[in-house]
Amino acid sequence: MSAPALDRPLDEPLDEAALQARFDATVAAEHRIEPRDWMPEGYRKTLIRQIAQHAHSEIIGMQPEGDWLLAAPSLRRKAILLAKVQDEAGHGLYLYSAAETLGADRADLTDKLIERRQKYSSIFNYPTLTYADVGVIGWLVDGAAICNQVPLCRSSYGPYARAMIRVCKEESFHQRQGYELLMTMMRGTPEQQAMVADAVDRWWWPSLMMFGPPDTDSPNSAQSMAWGIKRHSNDELRQRFVDMTVPQAEVLGVTLPDPDLALDPATGRYRFGAIDWSELQRVISGEGPCNDERIIRRRAARDDNAWVTEAATAYADKHA
Amino acid sequence: MSTDLTAEGGHGAVPTGPEVPVADQPAVSRRDWPLYEVFVRGKRGLNHVHVGSLHAPDDEMAVHAARDVYTRRNEGVSIWVVQAADITASSPDEKDPMFAPSGDKVYRHPTFYEIPENVPHI
Repeated sequence: MSAPALDRPLDEPLDEAALQARFDATVAAEHRIEPRDWMPEGYRKTLIRQIAQHAHSEIIGMQPEGDWLLAAPSLRRKAILLAKVQDEAGHGLYLYSAAETLGADRADLTDKLIERRQKYSSIFNYPTLTYADVGVIGWLVDGAAICNQVPLCRSSYGPYARAMIRVCKEESFHQRQGYELLMTMMRGTPEQQAMVADAVDRWWWPSLMMFGPPDTDSPNSAQSMAWGIKRHSNDELRQRFVDMTVPQAEVLGVTLPDPDLALDPATGRYRFGAIDWSELQRVISGEGPCNDERIIRRRAARDDNAWVTEAATAYADKHA
Repeated sequence: MSTDLTAEGGHGAVPTGPEVPVADQPAVSRRDWPLYEVFVRGKRGLNHVHVGSLHAPDDEMAVHAARDVYTRRNEGVSIWVVQAADITASSPDEKDPMFAPSGDKVYRHPTFYEIPENVPHI
């Protein structure tokens, strides 16, 4: 909650060491940190950055699929896609709400996104070239997001964990609608099957990159793990995603674009080929196929709709 | 790699190095709608429970927005909204004086009283 503090303390404040000890004990006991608890400044800043980037990803994530709203092949598919894109907006709002409990301001976070001072997930800088991309995003991108997000339901920060629980409930619909869409296309014409294969080829590697750089190159992970903000390493989550997805690809009848992909009989897990990390680096640093387009559209949404915000405020003032 | 990256945002890889700004001064000063806290009654017979917050220009719009944001799938049968600025709350740091009485008055709990096992329905 973002309620104001009582202006007079009822007892003497604890010193910083005692506050830190209480914070550490709360995290160690797997209890949740709540908004008005004392917390280390680094914890607060890391959370604001992480939650804001997550919220931005949900909001920007509306764009690639939103491009297909008017071109969905049937009323049923259009209704489904509309519900999914609306969910992404909702997820963004749950997350901005969680960030605001830490003292951040939603309008300010949006401005920082538009000014490219905060980032969003690399995956949304790729274009949706065919309708099969809608299915593959649901299956692979939302599948990868679920792998990332389920452990965050146990994040040490209460409002973030609670937001993630709501998000995860809804992501399940997203993934299943995508997979069902692809199953339908795979039962269709050779052209439709080729569209699915092409979409899988384009989205597979970027989906693996969603989990971030290898553990050997992820210097901030240790602190986030110690704070209970992050629960599993990038490589562990990526491996889980691969293990989960390969059998789904087999049922679907699509070939994942990795000749090195093979079951390791010793571990029961799938080995996969080397990821081109320079691509992730390029996309993150602004040189992906759609970086500019995404930000330009988000800026237009803010600026072109500013009059609505102002009109509603004026109306509220008049009737106050 | 030159930039630190992690999948911390739940939705995928983002840079996290020290060069990425977090919370400094507001980028643009603009009057935003007030913040409302939202409470939802999940079904008849349950209390309203806090579910999150949102910005809205007035009370009525806050209820409409809360319905769209927090009850898209039958999550509730009733919504309360209240401006966050109107809530007065206890603080966790004031824990002891505020909540101590319930700790030292153990006789307020039924388990304080010893009743023989052969007494039924008590």
